[in-house]
This record gives sequence, structure tokens and C-alpha cells, in this order.
Amino acid sequence: MSQGVLVWVEQFKGKPQAASWEALGQARTLAGGGPVTAAVFGQGVETVAQEAIRRGADRVLVADDATLADYRFEPFVALLAQIVREHQPAIVLAAATIAGREVLAGAAAEIGAGLLTDVTDLSLEGGKLQAVRPVLGGKVLSVEAITGDGPQFATLRPRAFPAPEPDPSRSGEIVAVAPVLAEDAIASKVEAMQEVTGTISLTDATIIVSGGRGVGGPEGFDPVRELAEALGGAVGASRAAVDAGWIPYEHQVGQTGKVVSPDLYIAAGISGAIQHQAGMRTAKVIVAINKDPEAPIFKLARYGIVGDLFEVLPALTAEVRKRLG
Amino acid sequence: MHVVVVTKNTPDTAATVTVKGDGTIDWGDSLVVNPWDEYAITEAVLLKEAHSGKATVLTVGTDEHQEALKHGLAIGCDQAIRVWDGALDGCDSLGYAEAVAAAIRKLGDVDLVIFGRELADIATDQHVYQVARKLGWTMLGYVAKIQALDVAARSITVNRLTEYGTQTVRSTLPAVISVVKDINEPKYPTFIGIRKAAKAEIPVWSAADLGLDAAALQPRTQQLRYQELPKREGTVEIIEGATAQEKAAKLIDRLIEEKVL
Amino acid sequence: MDFTLSEEHLMAQQMVRDFAQKEIAPTIKDWDRRHETNPAVLPRMAELGILGINIPVRYGGQGFDYITLALVCEELERVDTSLRVIMSVHMGLNSMALLQWGTEEQKQRFLVPQARGEKYAAYALTEPDAGSDPVRLRSTARRESDVYILNGEKMWISLATKAHNILVFAKTDPHAEPAHKGITAFMITRDMKGVTTGDIHGKLGVRAGSTGWIAMQDVEVPVENRIGEEGEGFYIAMSCLDNGRYTVGAGAVGLIRACLEDSVRYANERVTFGQKIGHHQLIKQKIAYMQQWYDAARLLVLRAGWMKNMGQRNTRETAVAKWFATDMSVKAALEAVQIHGAYGFSDEYDVERYLRNAKGAVIYEGSSEIQQLIQADYALGYRKDRPLRCELPAYDPEFWQNEG
Repeated sequence: MSQGVLVWVEQFKGKPQAASWEALGQARTLAGGGPVTAAVFGQGVETVAQEAIRRGADRVLVADDATLADYRFEPFVALLAQIVREHQPAIVLAAATIAGREVLAGAAAEIGAGLLTDVTDLSLEGGKLQAVRPVLGGKVLSVEAITGDGPQFATLRPRAFPAPEPDPSRSGEIVAVAPVLAEDAIASKVEAMQEVTGTISLTDATIIVSGGRGVGGPEGFDPVRELAEALGGAVGASRAAVDAGWIPYEHQVGQTGKVVSPDLYIAAGISGAIQHQAGMRTAKVIVAINKDPEAPIFKLARYGIVGDLFEVLPALTAEVRKRLG
Repeated sequence: MHVVVVTKNTPDTAATVTVKGDGTIDWGDSLVVNPWDEYAITEAVLLKEAHSGKATVLTVGTDEHQEALKHGLAIGCDQAIRVWDGALDGCDSLGYAEAVAAAIRKLGDVDLVIFGRELADIATDQHVYQVARKLGWTMLGYVAKIQALDVAARSITVNRLTEYGTQTVRSTLPAVISVVKDINEPKYPTFIGIRKAAKAEIPVWSAADLGLDAAALQPRTQQLRYQELPKREGTVEIIEGATAQEKAAKLIDRLIEEKVL
Repeated sequence: MDFTLSEEHLMAQQMVRDFAQKEIAPTIKDWDRRHETNPAVLPRMAELGILGINIPVRYGGQGFDYITLALVCEELERVDTSLRVIMSVHMGLNSMALLQWGTEEQKQRFLVPQARGEKYAAYALTEPDAGSDPVRLRSTARRESDVYILNGEKMWISLATKAHNILVFAKTDPHAEPAHKGITAFMITRDMKGVTTGDIHGKLGVRAGSTGWIAMQDVEVPVENRIGEEGEGFYIAMSCLDNGRYTVGAGAVGLIRACLEDSVRYANERVTFGQKIGHHQLIKQKIAYMQQWYDAARLLVLRAGWMKNMGQRNTRETAVAKWFATDMSVKAALEAVQIHGAYGFSDEYDVERYLRNAKGAVIYEGSSEIQQLIQADYALGYRKDRPLRCELPAYDPEFWQNEG
């Protein structure tokens, strides 16, 4: 009889992916009194396993091996599928990061399990997972449920669920597991990794300052960057700014870019096309800065400043520096 | 070299949709090629041109998806195949992946399968990874650039755009990749391609043609209903002030009160 | 009677729509404001094959029919009139004249590179003192052994400074009776000695388009560049208008659609008196008229296109389509500005540009007044079409699509 919840905890170079803790928190809720197991794959991931216990896992399955040092589809999927077959958890969760989406989908295919991707709400109805997912460019919500038997899979949209605070008094068991695939059975080899350094990634950011068509050119992003820096946030952009070549695609927020849910989203010179809204409408507080008081972004915003972003942004930066040190 | 691009029509995400009282959606009648697939189709055509190969555009779906296939042909794919069968009606990503994988096996000589990052309508990408797993091929998701493709040496090297940075991965062929916007500038159809596409008779492969087993197509998930987004609370408060400095100070006060700073 | 567009038509329409929306629409306002032509437009239209859309594949074109030309013009002018003007002069007034009147040698020499987009083409009939009354034109062409010596000045010539090949009309017999029998057509190239061109500034509309003047001073034009016979120029010029006006009418249909679409969007956004303005009856009326104008104008244009496909003479039908579509585009643009209120009056929105652009097309290629005279004269029996020595060939898919 299947029981308990398994959470695949993602890490990068020994650092846990924060959204994995949100999945762990949700696992605790769904498990009721049942056991919550975390699975950590990587190399040198002992500290991640220990933190998983403090964050709510009763047991951590750790696969610590050179073949798992970098994320790759085949060894990760094979190992997760193997663990699920062996332990038969009722539910398998992960953060809906790129790797989380891939690994759970691959393992679900191997097992023949139902999977709900990128959910923003999750509950159990009669023992079956039921989820809410934003669809159609974030314009409507879809309610979906698992109907099949056996383990039920879901990936959770980062920042849509609260992360449990670490509890140093918690204890749990750490169990070593062996990888399924040997290196020569793995088709892909990681040759290089150019890490994002110095800047905060959009998906993790609690504060995002974004620029759009209104910034007028590549140098128009300077005041955007300065405010983001002062706030310790990330820099975003609308599709118009990216398409114009003012800033690289990795900064694009929206339907064809990244979907973000920061605590604070400052949209400067962004009119707020529906495709942009799809990427940021779940932000906790939205601030719109725009010359055009009719811009649709004001309908979405909590606070608005009608004015020239080239005056408003530097003023905000100065004010932030003054107040927050 | 044979590259297959898998595509589908989706409702135009720019259109307004309303959820009806019974939790269903009027999707509207304007279907477009899934926006992410524009990049996938273009990449397939660029690759087949660069390697003097063949490009096939494939869809699993009713004749509503014919247009996506014709679009693929108009841009330069050599052939189009539609997989459809009543048995596929109501299948979920697993059944879909089963059908795509079976069609790729039937094609036989496929080196590379390309998907767009996700389906814009149902906002999911799980089918992509499930196709890779069903085929037992490696999966390279979120590809922003194909650095090298050596068909003779059976090898592909790509840059993947991940949350942590750009990962360069080399893999053997065959492989499944999904592409993001950085990969290319989508091509327009050519007029010659349009004429070819308009005249094309597209074969339809049934479940029987692919040897699909009804049990494997059973859905494990179900779409229950749609609902409107919760209304965002309150309306916008416009911060007034004589100068930008004054407005800035007031806004920062509010943001501190909101505890987001 | 079949009103359905073929799959080919729809896909070509979509392709041109995507091009115009993605590549032109985002920056058109800036170019228009600066009175400058986006230098990327012509090369892109050439690269995509738009400049040869309805020319047979054997002559370097894409082998589509005349209806497709109308659909292309509608999509282009939906975004900006300057794009459609390119089709009017390069295709309607010049390339199609070569298709109709050119010898095989002239088709190879001029039409093939034009259809491929390697050369751009223009049409120069109007002069500073000869617009609606072209018979008054003063440019002269004097035969000297195997060349003609051309002198004169042409005005309001679209693409004057961009085109490589220009179809000009000049008098080989300034004293001919009746005067129109003294006019002859020539293809000159802008690089010929004695040809100078310049742009005209300060236009009300089509500011992103290139309009200019051409001066010819003792330009030596080889006899092989004469299009048609000596004295046939007036008939050629008028037959060109059957095609030029067709593109202008089709473009005006796109302009009406632009007014309608923008007004509908605004009417569904803007709120007055507690409701979206689309719920106010007077706004509804304006929208209803725009829809009516759009449908009627489009049907008139497509009828003319169908007649071209069939190889039927369509001078009257094309003229009435051009007259109606352009007149209605002015009305639609006025109403669109009105619906947008003060915003419509500013260049924050596109409708003021539509209005400025619309005004040109009721003047050029036969003003609305001339169009009325034409229709009246046909109805009264004062005007009849005479067969031409060379008719525009009917659309024959075999001939158009085969490599030849």
C-alpha cells in the first residue's frame, strides 16, 4: 500500500534550490501524519540532506555520486523512477524548476503515473491530488485532478507556496542510495557551465525592477539596474525591450519569457500587455511607473506613479539608499 | 539527417477568454501555431538546410491542427504527418507521448526531435520529457543554441538556459530537444512553400497504424473545470507629489508599510 | 459564385500580416514622425518575395494571382500606407505594365530583376503642371537614330529616389492631334546620364514613404527601352492605372480595417458615463458604418481582382472600387479619430496617422472627382472601353507557376 510523500529536493553545487523547501512544506501538509521523504541527488550534498530534515523531511534518500554532480535527464529520471518503484510513495512532489519539471515528467512516464505541472494550489480530494494551474498565458486557472492509481506526481510553481522555516530541533534518518546508471550508460556529458554571477536570478528574486519600451534604448536600463541594485533585486524586461535588442532575452518577463512571483514588482515604462501580465500578475505588490495614465499596467498595480521614469527611478534609488542604508 | 518537429495549434493567447458558468471556456475560433513551436519549426528547417537532411513536421490531433502542419510545410519542412484516432480523444500527456513516440519509431530514421518549450494554451511541457523517456532518448531541454551537430559522429552539443546559468551539454544522437526564444529568429513561410503546403495531402496515421495499445492511452489526469483569476484586491493608488523626490519618498513609505521592503 | 479565399490566399495573407505587424508596426510611428523612410523595408519586402507576388515564376515572381496582390496590399496598408505605396508603383504601375506591354526581351531585362526584388520600380506620369490632365504633359522624347533624347520634369513620384527602373511618359510628337496620340512610354534607369531625383518634404501624410521629383536633361534612352509603340503611351499609362488603382483601393480597404480594429479596441477599453464607450449608441453607429464600408469596399476590390484573374477588362470596376474604398477610408479615419477623442488627435495613437495617410489616396491615381466623372461617363454612355493591343493576361496557374 502506497503511503507518504516523496519530495525531490533540487540542489546546484551543494546549494539547495529554495523552491524545493516550499514543496517540502506542502508535502508535510499533504502527508497528514504520514512520513515525508526527501530525495537529494548530487555530489557533496550532505548539508542539503541535513537541511531537508530541518525543513520537514523525516527521512532523506541521498544519492551522492560523481555521475550526479551535474543535472542530467537520464541518470536523474532513472534514479527517481527507481526510488518511486521501490518506496511506492502516495505522492511525489518537486519544485517546478526546469530540472524539476523534467525529472518528474520523465519518472512519471516511466511509471505510468499522473502528473500535474506547475501548480499554484494543491489539495487532496478523496485521496486524489487536485491542483490549480494558471493556463492560457496566466489568464485563467485550470482545476485538474489525478485519476490514475499509484503514485501521484505534481510540480509546484516556485514562490506559490510558503517555505517552512528550518527547525534545528528536528531529527531524521539519512539513507544512502546508489545511482542507477553508470557513467558509460549516460548519453549526455556536461561540458561547461557558465553560471549566472553577480546578478540575482529572476525566478528566485523577491524584488524585481523591470523596464519596457518606455526606457527607450539600451542605456535606458541603467536607472532600472541601479534601482534593482539598491533594492537587492533582479532586473526584468518586457518583450518589447528584449525584441528591440536593448537587453538579453534571459531578462524577459511574460508569456514568452519567465513567469515570476516576487514580493515586489516595479514596472517602469511597461504598458502592461496581457502577455507581460501573464508573467508577473502573481507578484504580491506591483508598482507601475508610466507616463501614460491610461496604460493597462495601472489596472494591475497596487501603487502607481504617473511620470517620467528617468526622473522617478533615480529619485527612488536615492530614497532607497538613504533609508535602507 | 532526419529531424522531426512536433507541433500543435493553440488558441491565440492574445485573445480574451471568459470562463462560463459551467466552468468551461470558450476558446474562441482563432487557432494559431503554438508560439514556442515557431522557433522549433524554424530550427528544424535551418538544421535540415545546413545538413542537407530531411525535416518532418508532426502533430497528434484532430484536423483542427492541420494548419500547424501546413505552416511547417510552408516554412520548409519536407513532409507533414498527422496522428489521430478516436482512441486518442481525451488522452493526457502520457497518451500523447505514447503516440508521438510511436510515430517517431514508425518514421524509423529520426536523429533529432524538436519541441517548442511548452504548449502556450495548457501551459505545460511535461509531454516533451515524456516523449524522450518513452523513446529512451536523452532529453536536452531549454536549448538556446545548437553549438554543434555532427550527424556522422552521432553527436550534438547544445547550450541550455537554466536557472543557474548556461549549461553546455554534449550528447549522442538520437535526442529530443526543446527550444527557447533565443535559438533563432522565426522564419516566415515562403510563397513557394505556401503553394506547396496548400497543395499537400497530409497522411493521417491511426492508433492501429502505430500499434498503439488502448490501455497505454488511458488518462491518469483529468481537467475538471476552469475558473477566473481571483480579482486583485483594491484599485491602484496613484502616488501624487510635487516632485519626483516627493513621490519617491511616499512610495517607499507605502512599500515599507506593506513589508515588501 | 464563390467568395471563399483559397488556402494559398489565406496563408499568403497571414505571412504578409505577420511581416507587417512584427517588423514594421513597432517602429512606424517614429519613422512617420521623422518624415523618413525605414531603409530596411524595401530590402525585406524583396527578400520575402512580396515585390514579385503576382508575377509568374518564369519572370522571377512568386506565381500568385491578382487577388493575392489585393490581399497583400490590404495587409500592408493595415500597418502603414507607405508600404502599400511600394506595391502600387513597383508592382501595379510598373511591373504589371511590363507583364502586359513588354516584349519578351524587356520582360527578361526589366521584369525579372524587379520581380526578384533586385531592382525597384517606379512610374512617372505626373508633372508639375499635369496631374489629372496628363495629356498636358510637357516632357519630350526626340528620336535620334537608335536613341531617344528625353527632357522634362516629373513630380509626386513615389520611390523617385529609390527606384532603379522608372516608367516615364513623354511626348514624341508634341503637336499630335489629338494630343494624347503623341505620348510614348519609356523605361529609364536612375543611373542614366542626365537623370536627377530628389525627395519632396512637408507632406501631410505618408510621411514614412518616399515621394519625389525626377528631372531629365538630355537623357539618352535606347530604342529597346521604349515600352509599346510610339504614340501608344497614353493607352499604356491609362492601363497602368487599372492596376495602380486596384492596389490603392485594396490598400484603402486595409486602412478602413485599421480604423475599425483600432476603434473597436478603444471602444472596449475607454469608459465614459460609467460604461465602455462601445455601449453608447453614437459610437455603435460609427463602428457599424466602418464595418459596412469595409465590407463593401473589399467586395468591390475583390470583384475587380476576380475580373483580372479571368482576363476581363476592369477599368470601370477598378475605378469604382478605388473611388469608394479611398473615400470611405477618409471617412473611417475621421470617425476613428472622433471615437478616440482627444487621444485620437494626438500621435500617441495611430488614428491621426491613418487620417493624414487616407487623404492622399483621394487625390492620387485619379482624384475622387475624376473617378466620379469616369463612372458618370460610363453610365451615360459617353465613355466606352476599346480593346487594347495588349491586354493584361488572365491568371493561368499553369503559366504562372511553371518555371518556363
